[in-house]
This record gives sequence, C-alpha cells and structure tokens, in this order.
Amino acid sequence: MNSGEAVIEVRGLHKRYGPPNGPEAVAGIDFEVRRGEIFGLLGPNGAGKTTTIGTITTRVRPTAGRVTVDGIDVTADPVAVKLRIAVVPQMSNLDRSLTAIENLTFHAAYFGAGRRERRERARELLDLLGLGGREDDRVNDYSGGMAQRLMIARALMHEPHVLILDEPTTGLDPQSRLFLWDKMLELRERGTTLMLTTHDMAEADRLCHRIAIVDHGKVIALDTPRGLRRLLPAEHGIELVLEEEPSATFDDLAERVEVVEAGEGRWTVRVYGEVDVGSVVAVAGSQLVEMRRIEGTLEDVFVHLTGRELR
Amino acid sequence: MNHQRTAFLALCQRDLWVTVRHEPVSFLAQALLQPIFFLFVFGRVLPEIGAAQGSYGSQLLPGIMGLTLVLTALQNTALPLVIEFSFTKEIEDRLLAPLPVRAVGAQKMVIAALRAIVAALLILPLGELILPGGIDVAGANWLGLVAVLAAGAVAGAAMGLVLGTSVPPNKISVAFAIVLTPLLFTGASFYPWAALDSLRWFQVVTLFNPLTYVSEGMRAALTDLPHLGSGWIALGLGGSLLLFGWLGLRGFGRRAVD
Repeated sequence: MNSGEAVIEVRGLHKRYGPPNGPEAVAGIDFEVRRGEIFGLLGPNGAGKTTTIGTITTRVRPTAGRVTVDGIDVTADPVAVKLRIAVVPQMSNLDRSLTAIENLTFHAAYFGAGRRERRERARELLDLLGLGGREDDRVNDYSGGMAQRLMIARALMHEPHVLILDEPTTGLDPQSRLFLWDKMLELRERGTTLMLTTHDMAEADRLCHRIAIVDHGKVIALDTPRGLRRLLPAEHGIELVLEEEPSATFDDLAERVEVVEAGEGRWTVRVYGEVDVGSVVAVAGSQLVEMRRIEGTLEDVFVHLTGRELR
Repeated sequence: MNHQRTAFLALCQRDLWVTVRHEPVSFLAQALLQPIFFLFVFGRVLPEIGAAQGSYGSQLLPGIMGLTLVLTALQNTALPLVIEFSFTKEIEDRLLAPLPVRAVGAQKMVIAALRAIVAALLILPLGELILPGGIDVAGANWLGLVAVLAAGAVAGAAMGLVLGTSVPPNKISVAFAIVLTPLLFTGASFYPWAALDSLRWFQVVTLFNPLTYVSEGMRAALTDLPHLGSGWIALGLGGSLLLFGWLGLRGFGRRAVD
C-alpha cells in the first residue's frame, strides 16, 4: 500500500441540476484523497458537499469534470467503483424489514461473500462497533447512535478501499460521538482511507489529516487543520488567568494587551503577538493561575473564510 | 459480469427471504383480500339473490385472476419504490450494490412479478371454495396460462415501476386513486370482452387498458368462452411489456441517478 498515492481524484467537477442556465451546485472543484488518510470536506449547508459526495458514489452524474476512484472513472464504470467504496449516509437507510445482523449479511451477499464468511464477519463487526448481543433486534428498535454504528458496520462488510461518511455524528449524543471518533481513527490505523463531510469543527480538527473548505460550489481552502488555523490573521499570543487585578503592566511585552475582569475574582489578560513566555510569567508573578496559547479555532477560520450570513 | 449476476440474485434472495420469513401474512392479505371479496360478492352473492346468472362465476374467475395478477405486480413495485426512494431511503444500499442501476429496477420487477404469479395462482383454489359450482379447468391450456401469467405479471410490474418513479411522493395517494379505479373496471375482468358488442364505445375504451389483454388471455387459457383473438392478446401483452418496461426502467434510472 503506497501512502500519498491518490485514491479519489476530483478534477474540474461541475454539477448543475435543472435547466442549463440554472445555478451550479458545484462550480469547479478539485482535490484528491490520498491512501490511508482521513480527508474532511467542510462547508456550510448548500455549499456542494453532498453533491460532491454524490458524484464519487455514482449517484450524481457530473455536468463536467472527472472523478476517479482507484483510477477508475465513476461515469465510465460505476459498477467497478461501487465495488471499491462504501457509504455511510447522513440519515438511516437501514433495511427495516430485516434484523441488524441480516442487514449486514445481505449487504455482504450483494458483494458476493460466502454464507459462512459473511456471518463471521458480521459478528466481528457488530462486536467492534459495540452492538454484540443486539444482532437479532429489528433495526426499527435501534436508537440513532446504534443505527449509525450499524451503518458503519454494514459499510465495512465488503472491505471497501474508501469509506465515505456524510456527517457521521450529526445528531448523536457525546458518548456516541466520541465512540465513533475512536472507531474512525482505529479504522484508519487498519489502513482504510476515510473521507467525511461535517460542519462540526471539533470533529474535523480531531480526525482529519487534511481538510477542504467548500463554499458556493468551490474549494476555498485546502490544508491540514493546523495550516488552516494559520490563515487567521493576528490571532496568536498568550492568554493568562490571574487571581487579582494585575499589579504590573504587560504593555512593554507585546503589540496589544487586553485586560478583562472575568468574574469570581479572576482576571484575564491576553497578550497578542510574538511574546516571550518567560517574561510574561515573570510579570504575572505569583498571581498566575492558568496560561494557554491563543490559537484561532477551526471555527474562527471557517467563519473568517465563509462569512457570517445564514444559508 | 459475474458479480453483477451474484448481486442480482442476492437482491432477489433478500426479497424472497423478507416475503417468506418476515411478512407472509401482510403479503397474502394485500394480494388476496380484494379478489376474495370480488369472487364472493359477484360470483356467489349476486347469483344467489338472482341479480346475476349462475354461470357468471366461470366468466368471472379468469378475470379475477388477471386482475389479481396485474394489481399485485403493480402495487408490489409502485408502493415500495415510493416509500424506499422518499422515506426510508432503503433503496440506497441496493443502488450501491455492484450492478447497473437499471438492473436494480429490473430486479424489483422480477420479485413483484413472482409475488403476483403466486397470488394469481392462489385464486384457483379460492374459486373452487367460493364459487357455487367450483371451477372447471379440465379443458385448460396450461402452456397458454403460463405465458399469460408471466407476461401479465411483468407488464403489471412495469406499470408499477412507471407509477412509482414518475409520481412525486406527496401525490401518490391521488395518483393511485386516479389510476387504479379506472384500471380495475375497464380491464374486462368482470365481463368478457366479446360480450361488450352492444356497447361499442366502451369496448373500444377497454382496449387501451393492458389488463384487458391479461383478463382475456386468462379466459382464453382457462375456458372455452368467446374471447379476444389470441394474436390480439399477444400483441396487447407484448406492446404493454415493451412500452411500460422501457418507460419504467428509464424512470427508475432518472430517479436513481441525478
């Protein structure tokens, strides 16, 4: 397995629904997903994320451009592409006429797995995703979090090269979310390439190696989470929490200093710019309670790049 | 090609499994309740109270078989498609199985047609039980029956595919009312086509209903009553199959891939 090699390649992708002069849902997107990475597609609602995912999963026909999976063109040979990918959708699309384990075994049967192989694999994946013991329940009785985990298990039944997850943790409780994050990292360790869409910044920050921010049908930034945070102008420095109003001044140490009373007898001091940590600590003296580096969050970057208006 | 066949068969296997293991009662109720009442009221009650001739049952039975065949096939494609495309999204896992999108549509037709054939065949013992004189299939043309069953079931399923993929989900109950009632009563199920001689305009109207050819085909295969010419029956069935099959698979492809 050659890491760095592209598994998914999207080149000059355009998609227009409806009449030829209508608006474009995707207006020229380029990116690639490399083998073994977790790639995030971030963007506001209606930015073109789901359409982009749709073209990769053969459900949307591109108006222009080229999308390949393992070098295979999705429009030219959709069946070969379907053999290599798996999709975990935003909303449950589990087979409600079947039990949980039947959902997995029939899915594997579509991909030609033998009877014994699919039962073994289903049990293994149900255990992995914390669903052991609930395999004979009807999926109707499953909670949202369980359904999500079952869909991930189903997606893994045919051992796809790429697992595509469309907003995998939207609407889940914190426990389920943390569990899924761990599982996604575990899958990546096992060598599965993951691509996910989200507008949960913490999720993107924690999981993704690289992130493309999409807006109005275009990629407006593509970098590592850290690289993206660096796009924020002048948002770095040091934040201190003090027990009392500072007795000395920090003004000589930095370009800009903010002193705010934080309540409950605490004071917050933000020292912006390239600051020498030693001298800041020296000035704060024994009043210092807490200190942290100010780094823009991914959310700040996102809002900075995509603006504040509602979609 | 090989994995496409595997996927197609596995999809069929899933549907048969669900029919047999999880919902046999709902399938049978949906398919047979209406024909049982038609047979009982029209074939038994009406002759009993003198509102119809005693022999009406033997004309009715093939018509009810045809009706059951076409309606079961139609409903078993149209309804699940509407639900799976719009509400449960269950179709998505099938569309991502390794076979062409249209094959997924064709597979839906195959299963609906199989269910319809089972339902139509069950009308024979039900007729024996319900109709006053039982049924008489001594002179039946079994090969003809098989051909009509197969062609009628697939044509009905194709009509369901057209309906299920062309009507928006919020309009499906209206569409069913508009389509099903005329289909039910203009399909030569409750009267032999030849007997409509005295009502020429209606006789012509019935020729636009694919069910007419199925009902008349059943009459031709099972009875020695006068019926539409075999060539016309074959033409009507073949034409319906091609037209609705083409429209349905095209509609399915459009619905499945944006």
